[in-house]
Amino acid sequence: MGRYLLGRLVQMVFVLVAITAIVFLMLHLAPGDPLSTIMGTKYARVSDEALEEMRHNLGLDKPLPVQYVSWLGNVLRGDLGRSPILRQEIGPIIADRLKATAILAAAALAMAAPLGILAGVAAGVRRNSAGDRLISTVATLGICVPAFFLGQILILLFALRLNLLPAAGMHSVGESGLVDLLRHLILPAICLGAPAAAVIARMTRSSMVDVMAQGYVTTARAKGLRESLVTWRHAFRNALVSVITVVGLEIGFLLGGAVLVEVVFSWPGIGYLMWDAVLRRDFPMVQGAVFVVATSYVVINFVVDMLYATIDPRIRLGR
Amino acid sequence: MASTPITVSQATVRRGQTWRAMSRNSGVLIGGTIVLITILVAILAPVLAPMDPYVTNPARQLLPPGSPGHILGTDELGRDMASRLIYGARLSLGIGLLAALLASSTGLVLGTASGFFGGWTDTVVMRAMDIMLAFPYILLAIVIVAVIGPGLVNTLLAVAVLGIPFYVRVVRAAVLSIKEQEYVMAARIIGCTDRRIMGRTIVPNVMSPVITAFSLDVGWLILEAASLSFLGLGAQPPTAEWGAMLASSRQYFVLAPHVALLPGLCIFVLVLGCNLFGDGLRDALDPRLRVQ
Repeated sequence: MGRYLLGRLVQMVFVLVAITAIVFLMLHLAPGDPLSTIMGTKYARVSDEALEEMRHNLGLDKPLPVQYVSWLGNVLRGDLGRSPILRQEIGPIIADRLKATAILAAAALAMAAPLGILAGVAAGVRRNSAGDRLISTVATLGICVPAFFLGQILILLFALRLNLLPAAGMHSVGESGLVDLLRHLILPAICLGAPAAAVIARMTRSSMVDVMAQGYVTTARAKGLRESLVTWRHAFRNALVSVITVVGLEIGFLLGGAVLVEVVFSWPGIGYLMWDAVLRRDFPMVQGAVFVVATSYVVINFVVDMLYATIDPRIRLGR
Repeated sequence: MASTPITVSQATVRRGQTWRAMSRNSGVLIGGTIVLITILVAILAPVLAPMDPYVTNPARQLLPPGSPGHILGTDELGRDMASRLIYGARLSLGIGLLAALLASSTGLVLGTASGFFGGWTDTVVMRAMDIMLAFPYILLAIVIVAVIGPGLVNTLLAVAVLGIPFYVRVVRAAVLSIKEQEYVMAARIIGCTDRRIMGRTIVPNVMSPVITAFSLDVGWLILEAASLSFLGLGAQPPTAEWGAMLASSRQYFVLAPHVALLPGLCIFVLVLGCNLFGDGLRDALDPRLRVQ
């Protein structure tokens, strides 16, 4: 396990370094002077002497590798710079927004994983039955439906027509309680979790179909075990490795897909922040948000890999 | 175990079996029908559209579907929804297909080189793919568009880049299997150059999984492009593109839900059609990919 852990750690560090390089280079790959990208509309109003002084103060006149090391050092100390648009430190804003996205992603996963697993098991143990066909059809529809389309249907139905749930935001004006948060969380969590549930259901079904065809399942039945025991104690436990893999991969999807859902529901998460920053050309904010989300994704995938290796010894032993 | 060359009649029989498998697969039939209808609508847009999709008429804003002269209603600027949706099929389908073509071509080159040469080439290519896959799916497209700016062409490039790692992995896996075949070894023995072996022997045998991957992928790339347009980072107003139509109609959703629901429904149906077709094609073709 130690060698496998070390190998994956080295790979993770390599990918993280590459991510930091890409995020750093974003500013320099954008057309025009990096200073204009940072300053936005104010760039045209500042004199050349002032621009040169600003360039020197920000270290933009230094060679790129020196700038990168300086930027990386600041990032590792938690200093993601300052937003020229909001005129605030980026770190605290991102930390606050990341919490909102984590709440949304956790709620979506809490809904998607059990639903997807149960549906996948139900479909897989009764292959080609009417139930299997229905679940598979719904799962296919769930995978194909655009998040922004599903979100608008949910808003139209539950917020505008039935007036049951709020259409946008994380809290109502003047409210900050848990019940208010949960009411605001339901629709975006369904919108974000539905495609994930569909993917989990399909993969679980596929794994269960493979496992139910195995000899040990036939043996378990021949021993006279109840079908529920055969399914959950024998079949599902062997399908669990693939299920955990797909659930782990879906966590990454939830982080990425959150951008669209947060925009539809005006959920104040990091995805919404990033989208807004791109539209406003707030480059330092975009850099900070991309860095945090990409790093979180890599670390989560690493944790999932470790979990996978813990459950299945063949992985860590390289068999 | 020596591979037995197949005769011409055996190849003909296999092709017939493949066509029969495809024609019996409901996914291929339903999905293929949806995609074919969309392609026909896109090609015949100037004939099918009742009016110019860009002509505004402020006096006839947000008319509901079924209004006289506007079977699917009008949008916030009085433009005919049916016409905009018909012309939107061109852009939405076109971007997805072009992005998939770009991604598959690039993936074919990189994947073939990576699988065939191995060593440092393989390491560099696969580590680059790992880095690209380290970004959550739409984030990479947002990063690219943030750097090069919004717009239809930039969306096409960003979405194409998103698709490359998928094709590289498919092609590389196929090449690793194919390059151990005896006909490849025979080509080396008779003195063929690496370039000739890759071009005349490897690539033609890789095309089947690439085509299957293409059919599976194009739906996703259409969705990615529409998502970028929805975020305001893709096609810009007044372009008649389904994602952009959804984005510009959000603020009128309460008054006239049809302006947002109709483009969203079109995207959903097209993506569903592409996925059904791709899944069906994969199921029909997979047994034929095994080299006998």
